[in-house]
Amino acid sequence: MSAYTNGARIQSHHTVVAIVENKPGVLMRVASLFRRRGFNIESLTVGHSEEEGLSRLTLVVDGESAPVEQVEKQLYKLIDVVKVSDLSHEDMLARELAMIKVRCNNVNRHELLDIANVFRADVVDIATNSVILQVVGDESKIDGLTKMCEPYGIKEIARTGRVAMVRGAKTTTVHEAEPEKIARIHASQGRRVEGALPFSSD
Amino acid sequence: MARMTGAQMTLDSLQREGVDTIFGYPGGVVLPLYDTLPQFPGIRHVLCRHEQGAAHMADGYARASGRMGVCLGTSGPGATNLVTGICTSWMDSTPVFALTGNVARTLLGKDGFQEADITGITQPITKHNYLVMNAREIPLTIREAVHIATTGRPGPVLVDIPKDVFQETDEFDWPEQVRLRGYKPTVEGHAGMIKRAAELIDQAKRPIVIAGHGVIWADAHRELIEFAEKAGVPVITTFLGIGAFPESHPLSYGWLGMHGMYYANMAADGADVVIGIGMRFDDRAMGRFKDFNPTAKIVHIDIDPAEIGKNFPTAVPIVGSAKNVLPKLTEQVKQQPRKEWVRWIDQVREEHPSRDVRESRHMLPQYVMRTLYDETSGDATIVTGVGQHQMWAGQHYFYKRPRQLITSGGLGTMGFELPAAIGAQIAVPGQETWAICGDGSFQMTLQEMAVLVDEQLPIKMAIFNNGYLGMIRQWQQLFYDQNYSSCGISQPDFCKLADAYGIRAIRVETKAEVPLAIREARAHKGPILLDFQIDQEENVWPMVPAGAALSETIEAPEAELAR
Ligand SMILES: Cc1ncc(C[n+]2csc(CCOP(=O)(O)OP(=O)(O)O)c2C)c(N)n1
Ligand SMILES: [Mg+2]
Repeated sequence: MSAYTNGARIQSHHTVVAIVENKPGVLMRVASLFRRRGFNIESLTVGHSEEEGLSRLTLVVDGESAPVEQVEKQLYKLIDVVKVSDLSHEDMLARELAMIKVRCNNVNRHELLDIANVFRADVVDIATNSVILQVVGDESKIDGLTKMCEPYGIKEIARTGRVAMVRGAKTTTVHEAEPEKIARIHASQGRRVEGALPFSSD
Repeated sequence: MARMTGAQMTLDSLQREGVDTIFGYPGGVVLPLYDTLPQFPGIRHVLCRHEQGAAHMADGYARASGRMGVCLGTSGPGATNLVTGICTSWMDSTPVFALTGNVARTLLGKDGFQEADITGITQPITKHNYLVMNAREIPLTIREAVHIATTGRPGPVLVDIPKDVFQETDEFDWPEQVRLRGYKPTVEGHAGMIKRAAELIDQAKRPIVIAGHGVIWADAHRELIEFAEKAGVPVITTFLGIGAFPESHPLSYGWLGMHGMYYANMAADGADVVIGIGMRFDDRAMGRFKDFNPTAKIVHIDIDPAEIGKNFPTAVPIVGSAKNVLPKLTEQVKQQPRKEWVRWIDQVREEHPSRDVRESRHMLPQYVMRTLYDETSGDATIVTGVGQHQMWAGQHYFYKRPRQLITSGGLGTMGFELPAAIGAQIAVPGQETWAICGDGSFQMTLQEMAVLVDEQLPIKMAIFNNGYLGMIRQWQQLFYDQNYSSCGISQPDFCKLADAYGIRAIRVETKAEVPLAIREARAHKGPILLDFQIDQEENVWPMVPAGAALSETIEAPEAELAR
C-alpha cells in the first residue's frame, strides 16, 4: 500500500464498495482473487454494515492494473459477496483516519501543535519527546499533514485506508434479511464452536 | 426431526439431492462415513485407486450425464490428491461435489496428523467451498453446495468435514429452500440486448456462431439448431463445444483453434459478426487476441457476466442461459439463407479439407480414429487423454450429439481419459464408451484399470502408442530445433499389464489389423485394451503456432504428407 502522492495517480484509483457475508474466510477469498487476477489493492478496509450478518468492505483499486469492470464482476462471482458498487463516478465522500507519532520537545512542541490545528488534527497523546496526532480526511489532507511533520521526525504512522459513502439519499447497502432459521445456521457456518471439545486424533 | 450423526446427515442429504454414486477412497477421518455407508444402499460407492482418479470419475460422470458427480477423499493426502481433478472441473465448468474429511475440530490449525487446509488450497479452483464445524450445519451446507455447483455456470464445490463432526449427533433439519443473497444467476437475458443482437445479425453479411461448452450444459443444442437454420448462420464450435451442434448438419463447419479446421479458423477470421455462445474466447481457440479478426463485431451470450468483455470488447453483451436466450433471438431474427457466405466457406473447405485421412502404408493415428468412427457408426462416446491423440480424436471422429466427446480442454490434464471414461460409463451404462489414451497420458492413471474389473465396466481402451510424449515431440521438432529433450518415453508392455489386471488386450501392429481389432473389441463383452502401434512421428495439423493469429493457420508441409 502506498501513499497518495500526486493527483494523477489518484485519478486511476477506483473506490469499490463490496457488501459481503460476515463469514470466516471471506477476506481470504477477496484477497486471493485480487492476487490471482493481478489486481492491485491500494487499500482495503472492513467493518460491520448496518445489516446484521453483512460486512462492508471498501477497496481502493488501481485501475491501471485491471479494468474496474472486471474487478467488479470477478468480485461479484464470489458467493459471499452480495453487492458490489463502484463509487468512483458517484458524488461521494471518502475519508481516512491516520495516527501520526511525531518526535518533538519542549522547544518545538507548540509549533507542531499549531500545524495540527491548521489540519484540524487532534492531539491524542503527549509524552516528553513525542506526540500522537489523529487526523481524519481524504488522502491528500493526510499526506499534507505528514509532509509538514517530516522535518520534526516521524516515528510511526498508522492509516486506516479509505472508507466511502455516496452523498444524498442514494445508498450502496443491501436490505435482504434471511429467514430466521437460515440466518441462524449461516451465522454459525464454519465458525469455531465454543466450549471444550473431545480430543481425538485416531 | 430425526436425530442423526453427522455421517448420516451427510449421506442422507446427498441422497436427497439425487446422488446415486460416490467415487472415493477411505482414510482415518472419513471412517465414520464409511461405517455409515452400508445404511444407504441407494448410494453406490466406487473405490478408485488414487483420489485423482475419483475426481476425474466424478467429472466424467457429470460430463456424460449432465448430473452432478461426487468424489470423496480423506484428509491431508487424500484431499490434496483430489486437487488436479477439481481444477480440471473448474477450468471446464463441470458440476462436481468434492467431499473431504478433516482432522477433529480440536486439532484444526494445529498441524495434526494428516491435516491439510483443503478449503484454503481449493479456494481459487472451486466455485465455492465450505468447512463445516457443526453437524447441524450439514444439511443446509450440502443443499447450498449442490445448488451452487449445478446452477448458473456449473463448477466444482468442496465440503470439508472434520472427523468429530461426522460423529456428532444432532437434529437433522432439511431446509425447504436455498437462499443465497450473494448468488443469483441471470438466465433470461436482457430483452433490449437481445433485440440489438437480432438487428446486428440481420444486417450482417458474414455472421458466424462459435458455440461452446455452455451450449451443452444449458441443454440448448436444439435451440441452437433452430437459431442457425432460421438465421442461416454457419456454426463452428470450440473444442469443448464439440457435439453442441451436429457435425452432420449442413451449417456445421467443425471447430476452431490451435488444431481446429483450417476453414473454421478462416470463417471465424473472415466473419463480420461473431456470435459467441456459452464460450469464453479462450486463447487456444482464438489465437493471438490482438490480431483476431479486428473488424468483427462480437455478440457474446454467456451466463457468466465476468466472461463478457474479459478478452475482447463486445458489441452486444447478453448475460443469460443459451437455453433461454436463443429462442428469443430466433424469434426476432429474419430468415436469411446467406448463400454467398456459406459458399465462400465451402470453397475454403474444398481447398483445405483438414479432416481428410491421407493414404499411407503406415498405421496413421488419423486412420485409426476414422476407422473407429466407421466401425462404431459414429455412435460411441469418446473420452480422451491430453496430447496429439486428443486432437486426432477431435478431428477424425464426427460427433453428432452433446456429451459425446469428453475431454479436458481448459486444464489439459494428462491421465484424464481412463478415470473419466469410468465415470461416464457408470453414469450412462448402456453407452459404448472408448477411452482414447496416449501412451504417456495413460501411464498417469492406469491403476484405475482395477476399477474396470471391480465394477465390470465394458470400457474399450485404445492406446495411441507412438513411444513419445508426442505433443511435446511435435513442439520440440517445430519450435526447438528438433532438440528432443525428454520426450521419448518408455513403456511397459501394456498388453501384459492389462493381462495382470485380468483384462483382455490386443497389440495392433499393422494397418490391416486395425478394423479387425476394433471389431473384436466391440464384440467382447468386458473391458479390453487395444495397443495401437501407431506411426511414431506423425504431427497434428492444421496448427496455429503459439502466439500466432487464426489467420496464420498452417497446414501439413508437403514433406510430411509424402510419408
Ligand atoms: C499432467 C500433465 N503433465 C504434463 C502435460 C504436458 N503435456 C501435454 S501433451 C503431453 C504429451 C502427451 O503424451 P502422450 O500421452 O503420449 O500423448 P501423444 O501426444 O503422444 O498423443 C504433455 C507431457 C500435461 N498436459 N498434463
Ligand atoms: Mg504418445
